[in-house]
Amino acid sequence: MSQGQTPSLQVGGAPHLPPPRSVASIMREVLYALIPGILAHVWYFGPWILFQLLIACTFALLAEWAMLKLRQQPLKPFLSDYTAVVTAVLFVLCSPPLMPWWVSAIGMFFAIVIAKHLYGGLGQNRFNPAMVGYVAVLIAYPQVMTQWLPPQMLFDELGLRSLDIGQGLWIILTGTPPEALTWDTISQATPLDTLRQGATKNLLINEIRVSPIFGQFGGWGWEWIANWYFLGGLWLLYRRVISWQVPVAAIATVVFLTLPFFLMDPDAHPFPMQHVFSGGIVLGAFFIATDPVSGSSTPMGKLLFGVGIGLIMLVIRRWSAYPDGVAFAVLCMNMLAPLLDRYTRPRIYGHER
Amino acid sequence: MSDFNNDIGQQLHRFHGGLQLRHYKQISCTESPPFIAVPKQLVVPLQQHAGLIAEPCVEVGQRVLRGQRIASAQSGISAHLHAPSSGTVSAIEARWVHHELRCQAVIIDCDGLDEAVALTPLNGWTQSAPESVVSHLQAMGVVGLGGAVFPSAQKIHQSLHQEQNIHTVILNGAECEPYLSCDESLMLSRPEEVIRGAQILCHAAQAQQVIIAIEDRMTEVEKRLLQCIKTKNLSHIQVVQVPTYYPEGGERQLIQVLTGEEVPSGGYPQDLGLVCFNVATAQASFKAVEHGEPLIQRLVTVTGQSVQHPGNWWARLGTPVDDLLRAAGGLQQAVDRIVMGGPIMGRCLIDTQAPVVKASNCILALSNAEVHDPQGELPCINCGFCVRVCPARLLPQELHWAVRSQQLDRARDYGLMDCIECGCCDQVCPSHIALVEDYRLGKHQLRVQQQEQQRAQLAKQRYEARQERLQQHEAALAARRQVRKSPASKPLDAKARIAAALAKKRQQKAAQQATNTTPPTSSDEDRS
Repeated sequence: MSQGQTPSLQVGGAPHLPPPRSVASIMREVLYALIPGILAHVWYFGPWILFQLLIACTFALLAEWAMLKLRQQPLKPFLSDYTAVVTAVLFVLCSPPLMPWWVSAIGMFFAIVIAKHLYGGLGQNRFNPAMVGYVAVLIAYPQVMTQWLPPQMLFDELGLRSLDIGQGLWIILTGTPPEALTWDTISQATPLDTLRQGATKNLLINEIRVSPIFGQFGGWGWEWIANWYFLGGLWLLYRRVISWQVPVAAIATVVFLTLPFFLMDPDAHPFPMQHVFSGGIVLGAFFIATDPVSGSSTPMGKLLFGVGIGLIMLVIRRWSAYPDGVAFAVLCMNMLAPLLDRYTRPRIYGHER
Repeated sequence: MSDFNNDIGQQLHRFHGGLQLRHYKQISCTESPPFIAVPKQLVVPLQQHAGLIAEPCVEVGQRVLRGQRIASAQSGISAHLHAPSSGTVSAIEARWVHHELRCQAVIIDCDGLDEAVALTPLNGWTQSAPESVVSHLQAMGVVGLGGAVFPSAQKIHQSLHQEQNIHTVILNGAECEPYLSCDESLMLSRPEEVIRGAQILCHAAQAQQVIIAIEDRMTEVEKRLLQCIKTKNLSHIQVVQVPTYYPEGGERQLIQVLTGEEVPSGGYPQDLGLVCFNVATAQASFKAVEHGEPLIQRLVTVTGQSVQHPGNWWARLGTPVDDLLRAAGGLQQAVDRIVMGGPIMGRCLIDTQAPVVKASNCILALSNAEVHDPQGELPCINCGFCVRVCPARLLPQELHWAVRSQQLDRARDYGLMDCIECGCCDQVCPSHIALVEDYRLGKHQLRVQQQEQQRAQLAKQRYEARQERLQQHEAALAARRQVRKSPASKPLDAKARIAAALAKKRQQKAAQQATNTTPPTSSDEDRS
């Protein structure tokens, strides 16, 4: 009979097509899109970031594992979804390359344990975990978090000493430069810091920009890293992993808000492109503010989210004690995201309004 | 001529969201679909249409002929069922249709003679009143064959009895789900019957034009339909090609593409002066009206990687799916599931003995590779992919949260009832959440809640009315007691009491003359 040869059939809900995407595949694409920027980072600032990535990812996964254990959640699906890795990578890309390992560990503790799992784990975090981790250590270790290296190519020009692998690792492991080196001899204020300090001394933009650490638009080297992030961001847009609203709105807001000031007084206000290509705007607009969980999900909400980030970031850059404000801007807008979602609901098919 | 919009289909519009899917249609699309032999036993479930289940009108042991009515529509939305072949009713018992539907079914042991009842075509339908065409379609058990299986007669009946006149009949030939090719195959093999059916439906709905919407990849279909229209010189029938884009074949989306208008929430296409039918429904209407053949067979696509020779077959309703699979060369070992319908909205079959029903446009035998999902469900990450693809412009993730947390009012507020269950959100969800299942559950709960609320409302009204009655009664009693107790009414002398009585009488008379309707209040008191 025919029934005899009938194999046992699965019964499940629709749809019955293989899902084209998974959380892990999306996160992997985000990581791939960051590779050019990371390589550029290595090119300009040395291999330290690779160690940092290793350290942060280890702590992130450890924290994830411990919290899943504590919360009695299944380990495999959550440890293999790459979300903790993305959090760690974004945290590292915001942090100085010679940050001591415990700072990274504390950052990851705040990111994964507090911002993510105490809020209910994947999909439940109200705030961007990477930025929570970053802001936590920025406030706890203000000095460490501002000890940036200049691009390797500028060492001689700036009269600084370059580090060998051993010395760099020593700093990462102990937090202090090895004997014969001091922070003054190896670190350099970032272009944004320099700009800010110059501005407080009432220097003209042109006078500040004489320093070799400035490039075409933003910081020398920095702007090229930003370009590679930009490229990665375009890739994500093309792959439709992220939507255009947040990055376009954030960058457009920065440009259009700074343009009139620059046009009125180019001596006191930097060229808009300098704003875009220094600090973390490109990285933030394409990779951080587009974090789906803590962001807005309606098209209009995303636009406003992006505008808000551009606006708050400029306010912080201009008036606060911090040279860059992407992290704070993202966290502020995270707070507003539910409200934005609520008031920007699209008109449903067949409804008035 | 009247005010109907002649531009429909001239310029195409877009609907929000949707998916570009690999359609896998070529593997099954055949030009002249063969017939499946009548099986030894037919299983005819009584719930093959939207609305109320049909009631059997045959008895076990009774001999039935092909086309004989075996179950009658209930009053309300429902449809008749007819014997797909001749034989003896051996049982009326519950059977599985698919994994979500088990209902009573008439089992017919066929005698192989395939003897038919006297068929009653509606001759000269062009001259007959639309209502008689409608009742003929009802008698023949014609329902929408696109998947929703709404009784066609009732659809037309509704549109004839509304303020808005129907100006356009839309024939939906844009079967947008992947794998399905039965409509395309039907239009290829029987274009005249589709066109004739279109004319019948147009006449029945008293419309002025017909638009046949097909997908833009169906060039051969267009050629044949146009040729047919040309030879018959039917200027009121147009063929419009629409983009192959899921869910283009959804009624509301198709209307948006053709007219740029949206069907009002909670309303019907009829509100826009449109009425939609599937092309297969048109063909079935043709058969019913011109040949007097009830709906007892349909074209079914049998496809998927697990069948050897995919294709389309004409199958009598009640034929076991197994027969179709065998006609398609049998199942391969790697089969994972068998789906009735398309891969995005279809339902799984419990086994291959499940019968072909009016809604069975496709039997899809999918292999492991075609459905493999190694991840399982993860929490929603708010990625918004679903928002991007939702053709109803809903926020599917909000609905998901609301339904999962049992906030039904919130879900309704976010438009749960506007969800068309197309499954786009499900398909793109990276967390692989069974979203549409959530929505169906939520909708069901909302309907139950609404019914309960209505019941509660009625009970409350009844209770309040009773309370009021009791209160009035109580007040009346109290008033009388008051009157008795009050010193004014008690110790008066006889004269004054007589005067008072007379005055009261006079007053009553005056009141009665003034209004014959309302009895004086005193009589109320008297009764109490």
